[in-house]
Amino acid sequence: MLPEIGQFSLILSLFFAISLALVPLLGYWKNNQLLLATARPLTFIMSTLVLMSFIVLSLSFLMDDFSVLYVSQTSNSQLPIYYKFSALWGGHEGSLLLWVLVLCGWSSAVALKIRNLPEDIGPVVLAILGMVCSGFLSFLIFTSSPFIRLLPDSPIDGGDLNPLLQDFGLIVHPPVLYMGYVGFSVAFAFAVAALITGNLNAAWARWARPWTTASWAFLTLGITLGSWWAYYELGWGGWWFWDPVENASFMPWLAGTALLHSLAVTEKRGVFKSWTVLLAIFTFSLSLLGAFLVRSGVLTSVHSFAADSTRGIFILVLLLIFVGGSLLLYAIRAVQVRSSVSFGVTGREAWLLLNNILLTVLTLTVLLGTLYPLLFDALGLGKISVGAPYFNSVFTPIALLLIVFMGVGPLSKWHNTKLNVFLLPCIISMVVSVLISGSLVYAYDLGLLAWLSLSIAFWVVCLSFSDWFSKVSVGTKGIIPRARQLPRNYYGMLLAHLGIVVSLVGVVLVSINSQESMVRLSPGEQTSVAGYEFRFDRLEQVQGPNYVSDKAQFTAYKNGQVVALLYPEKRLFNARQQVMTEAALDAGFTRDLYISLGEKLDGDSWGVRVYVKSFVRWIWLGGLLMMVGGLLATLDKRYQRRAGV
Amino acid sequence: MTMRHRLIKKALLFIPLVLFLILGIAFYSQLGKNTQYMPSALIGQKVPAFNLISLNSDQIITQDDLPNTPYLINFWGTWCPACHVEHPFLTTLADDGVVIVGIDYKDEKALAKQWLEEKGDPYLMVLMDEIGHFGVDMGITGAPETFVVNSSGAIVYRLQGVVSESNWSTIQGYLK
Repeated sequence: MLPEIGQFSLILSLFFAISLALVPLLGYWKNNQLLLATARPLTFIMSTLVLMSFIVLSLSFLMDDFSVLYVSQTSNSQLPIYYKFSALWGGHEGSLLLWVLVLCGWSSAVALKIRNLPEDIGPVVLAILGMVCSGFLSFLIFTSSPFIRLLPDSPIDGGDLNPLLQDFGLIVHPPVLYMGYVGFSVAFAFAVAALITGNLNAAWARWARPWTTASWAFLTLGITLGSWWAYYELGWGGWWFWDPVENASFMPWLAGTALLHSLAVTEKRGVFKSWTVLLAIFTFSLSLLGAFLVRSGVLTSVHSFAADSTRGIFILVLLLIFVGGSLLLYAIRAVQVRSSVSFGVTGREAWLLLNNILLTVLTLTVLLGTLYPLLFDALGLGKISVGAPYFNSVFTPIALLLIVFMGVGPLSKWHNTKLNVFLLPCIISMVVSVLISGSLVYAYDLGLLAWLSLSIAFWVVCLSFSDWFSKVSVGTKGIIPRARQLPRNYYGMLLAHLGIVVSLVGVVLVSINSQESMVRLSPGEQTSVAGYEFRFDRLEQVQGPNYVSDKAQFTAYKNGQVVALLYPEKRLFNARQQVMTEAALDAGFTRDLYISLGEKLDGDSWGVRVYVKSFVRWIWLGGLLMMVGGLLATLDKRYQRRAGV
Repeated sequence: MTMRHRLIKKALLFIPLVLFLILGIAFYSQLGKNTQYMPSALIGQKVPAFNLISLNSDQIITQDDLPNTPYLINFWGTWCPACHVEHPFLTTLADDGVVIVGIDYKDEKALAKQWLEEKGDPYLMVLMDEIGHFGVDMGITGAPETFVVNSSGAIVYRLQGVVSESNWSTIQGYLK
């Protein structure tokens, strides 16, 4: 009975979504306040219904209702309870329901904050979100219902969740990632509403900004979690693979980063309007494209859900309607929102324009690399694959250039900047950064690329500090009171920029200063990697909740001192008879020790892979800093005020 | 601004839409296609560096231990149904003197040994790629896959799927 209730409330919510998409727009067209006022209640009812069916599906998972096809495919009675819950988004259907739920969550949040908007724009924004919800709800209901039953012959037990996904990372990674992905549909709704109403001014940008920044912060965290999960769960120490699906999350992030900055210009100076709207559409389109690539089977990837071309066609139609429709609207209406204010080449506008150009180029670089194989094939030129070498050689120089400018840009002033604002800080920062990084590179024997990258990192740190210092050192009050007066927005920016630099340091050092070794070891034997001794102490069989495991104990020593105990495992999962390698790692601020068990060899010896990874934590630490920076900026007091106040 | 300028500016705004539609058509043409077939990016290059443990001798084998004569690198696994189909043909090839290096891909050692005892061993040597790192380096998408390496040590051909009578003449053409 329960699954039918879930299905029914999904169908009902589609009706409300369609009403939400149509009624307020009709109200806007007819200038009817009553129709406009329906937007909020419709949003809440739609969201509640979706939440209900989400709860129903969770219950089906928790109660092991294997008569539900989707539950029987992705869950198993032996699964620990927290994985039973997270198995909900372990497959295509459930993750799409999560997607819709998150979309409804964002829509409701907008509906709650709608009072801050002028009366006619808020309902139009909600109507656009209603259209997006209708699209995804129809996709869910017509091609991918998670409530389909296996009656009367329902299986006794389920097929189990993929062991790779039985991990803490999978509990948190998809919801957070979707918060980011889907959040950009709010920015999209704002952009389309602006095109429809022709009302695109500084105030519009101020409303759209916190939503965009918050989505960006979630997406940053989601990508960071994904990278961290891949690092420890896939068992070979990589943290980014330029896989099509990773790129699918990275492209909206790049475009979203550009959008954040161009929104700032539109808010403060009223320029870049048309461009900002286009970027908002572009960012959302890239989120949809990600969904298409993952769920249609046009590209091969480790993340792909089971390929199904009817689903592919459905998403393609959704893409056509949303992206095609909004771009058409843009082509017709954007002339009216163009700005005519001019700015100087040294002004902050110009720096942010540079930021936008570089970020757009980066996005297109990744887009090209991801789609090139597909386009190549579509033109009948054969199959090719574009791998990490392309991305590393094209992406890295542009990204480094962007980071160099990222240091300077914040020093600039709106409209025009006097040269001496840049001159002294830049000269000092350049000297300091080249010297400090040079001595580090010399001391640790790191090479030229490290010198360049570390110089860039110190360059940004020095310039950020000098910008902060120039802001707090003028005026009558002391430094601390002035520092406290600076807006959260500003500190958010500083944190996010520092986050980029911290990640940069991690990426550079882990790629040039890590060591790995594959050895054959028996208990009692030891090996040495990068100054650490690893001793294979013993091996034992351990019984897990739904697997049996060969669990090894290693002791890591440095200069005779015990540094860490490591327990890598080889798990055999009962339900699928699938063997999984659980790597063991000792995390550190400057290095990770990482051991993964390979194959059992003759007697009691094993093939063992040992890695010592430099500064790998910094990659994710940087991601966290960016996320905190984003959230801090979202909470800036300026956004809390009502429109027109 | 003249009328003409204004028209050009308006036309420019349609560019994103046009680009998107072109992309949409490309996507549509790709739906439902077989994405498995993919020639190797390694054609013309040496076999990537590796250190894998030999199934037969438990020694660590690196790229330096590979044969100097033309040979095949064959990815297989006991879990792979198509490999059962392929195995007898590989055995006849080995009887004819073709050198084959086997990579036991994402598999268990005991199962692999049993398989070779029961079905015969066509391989010069079998290397265990239990986690699949070497498979990643070689860019394989599954098993079986076969690479042809010529006498100068360069990869010259890649086949996804089963080596059989029907494609052997093509493969043999590269094996020199």
